[in-house]
Amino acid sequence: MDKRQLGFDRINLGHGSGGIMTRELLDEIIFKTFDNPYLGQKHDGSIVEIEGKMAISTDSFVVSPIFFKGGNIGELAVNGTVNDVAMCGAIPKFLSLAFIVEEGLKADEFVEIVNSVKAATDRCGVKVITGDTKVVERGKGDKIFINTTGFGEVHPKAKISAERIEIGDKIIVSGNIAQHGMAIMSQREGLEFQSSIESDTTNLNFLIENLLNNFGHKIKLFRDPTRGGLASTLSEIASDTDSGIVIHENKLPLEKQVAAACEILGLDPLYVANEGVFVAIVKEDIASQVVELLSKDVKGSNAICVGEITDNHKGKVVMQSAIGGKRIVTPLIGEHLPRIC
Amino acid sequence: MKYLNEYRNIEATKRFLQNIEESVTRPWNIMEICGGQTHSLVKNGILDLLPQHVRMIHGPGCPVCVTPLHLIDKAIELLENNVIVCSFGDMVRVPGSKKSLLEAKADGGDLRILYSPIEAVTIAKNNPNKEVVFFAVGFETTAPANALSVLHAQKQGLKNYSILVSHVLVPPAMEAILDDEFCNVDAFLAAGHVCTIMGYEAYYGLAEKYKIPIVVTGFEPVDLVEGIYMAVKQLEKGTHIVENQYSRAVKEEGNVAAKAVINEIFEIGNREWRGIGEIPNSGYVLTKPFRDFDAEYRFGIQNIKVAENSECIASDILKGIKKPNQCKQFGVTCNPSNPLGAPMVSSEGACAAYYHFSNHLIN
Repeated sequence: MDKRQLGFDRINLGHGSGGIMTRELLDEIIFKTFDNPYLGQKHDGSIVEIEGKMAISTDSFVVSPIFFKGGNIGELAVNGTVNDVAMCGAIPKFLSLAFIVEEGLKADEFVEIVNSVKAATDRCGVKVITGDTKVVERGKGDKIFINTTGFGEVHPKAKISAERIEIGDKIIVSGNIAQHGMAIMSQREGLEFQSSIESDTTNLNFLIENLLNNFGHKIKLFRDPTRGGLASTLSEIASDTDSGIVIHENKLPLEKQVAAACEILGLDPLYVANEGVFVAIVKEDIASQVVELLSKDVKGSNAICVGEITDNHKGKVVMQSAIGGKRIVTPLIGEHLPRIC
Repeated sequence: MKYLNEYRNIEATKRFLQNIEESVTRPWNIMEICGGQTHSLVKNGILDLLPQHVRMIHGPGCPVCVTPLHLIDKAIELLENNVIVCSFGDMVRVPGSKKSLLEAKADGGDLRILYSPIEAVTIAKNNPNKEVVFFAVGFETTAPANALSVLHAQKQGLKNYSILVSHVLVPPAMEAILDDEFCNVDAFLAAGHVCTIMGYEAYYGLAEKYKIPIVVTGFEPVDLVEGIYMAVKQLEKGTHIVENQYSRAVKEEGNVAAKAVINEIFEIGNREWRGIGEIPNSGYVLTKPFRDFDAEYRFGIQNIKVAENSECIASDILKGIKKPNQCKQFGVTCNPSNPLGAPMVSSEGACAAYYHFSNHLIN
């Protein structure tokens, strides 16, 4: 919607009261933006039709700053949940959308976020079917928090399960790692540095659907290495399935500027958050075809096979360092913090 | 990345490893002083690539690890008294006697994690009604920037900015290690970054007095294996001179301008080292004219004292007498999410480096 049409400048407690002001906010911003028959029912919830097995995933988004290079919290809230549903081997269809707004948020900013949510849902091909807006007192939130829940139909050819992982399977990473975390870090108070690093937030559902159409059961697992980065995701897979994982440092896809920013702050890119990247564990015989197919899409242009499942060191991830050594890769503990020197 | 990739080159690393293998005839203990070097040795898997005769001992050069417990408690005391406390990232998780800075933040303290102390001055300027303290931790490397923050605050006439000083110096720590009756160090890799600031003139006397080779060494894999090779060559020949492997960054006299900034506000004084105890003339304290910028004086918190956890053998770890995995508590009651002592907290701490990366856990 157009920002100029609003009759108020800032969101206040009244907009979350459930009364006329809430109605005004919903009518002026939410319903005008997400004009679809499901929301059009204006009921307590929505009734939808879905075929076969359903995949559901929920996520809350509290990123600060809410506007960052390469996106904003609204777009992130859609892509993040849509990708989680896609990682289950499903085709995302519907989304719930709940805002917790801190009073005083500029109405223009709220509209910009809502518009980003709309644009992102259009790109993903999902519909917002239910939602909620609450307003909390100043100081009890951080401008805006968003929760989304995604619903998707499991792809008929998908058989995604960590239990199917076998020795010899290959580990493919779909794109450059650590972009999102470093884009956010570069704008945090106290850590600001000039760079053109942009968040890689994007929807991956069509890429996943394409892989499932082509390779079906030969794909064993998809994972979305968001918070905790690639290291934490791979460590979880190794420990949950009691498999050994080997990755090769010199294969990790890492953009130069991101690598340099990580060096400066003393951060290990393996632990930095991603948004537009997924990990696929696939049968060995299709690994090169998977990489080739991904490479044809701009979102997968840096796809590469980074490692494999091995019969050694069960339950652990080991990285072959670029100089020929080995090290254990453990999951992230606590917050990833820059080092002193 | 220029100046990094060529020092992470597998061929060059292999060449130096080969040289070490060919020149070593008997066991040697070499201590890398700096936690950054320990981190790199373990992260790159270099320890397992060295011949058995070359044993690396991990030194006390992790600023977070040697910051005494009472200073963390002092920072927490400030947080609990409505002071904005600013800190480098890896200091905030270190447990004090009751809690960490991060836990004090969760209890309502206004803690800011910064990359540069100059940012803390900006925070002081923007919050004229609040006191702002920067937790000035580190070796000689971070001292110039921390000193500069005080000079900036003074220049801007800020009356609400001070620093909680925990600055320690490398050469006195090396001397304390060499004087320990259990010391088994045959050679040192001196910390490249510290020498970037201070130069290496201070090491000539040490090398001569203790007849020990000292090689100023960088942090990348090729730097480390070259530094180790230089130390091994000296040990095999029986020489004990100061050499500079890290010549692309370190000059003999160091960074003269940075040293001048340090000397403008700091003087050398006694300092307590966590796990080691007090070492005479081993750190920086603010000079009298800058006492207003000393948070300990300003808030009258000099007398907070606490005892260390008795199960933690940080003292032996920091002096290189024991390896982290020789501690009974290592990985049992002590791990990075529940550290008994500081070497398990910072990623540069020897215990944490072993816990995170070490290959003895691989099979």
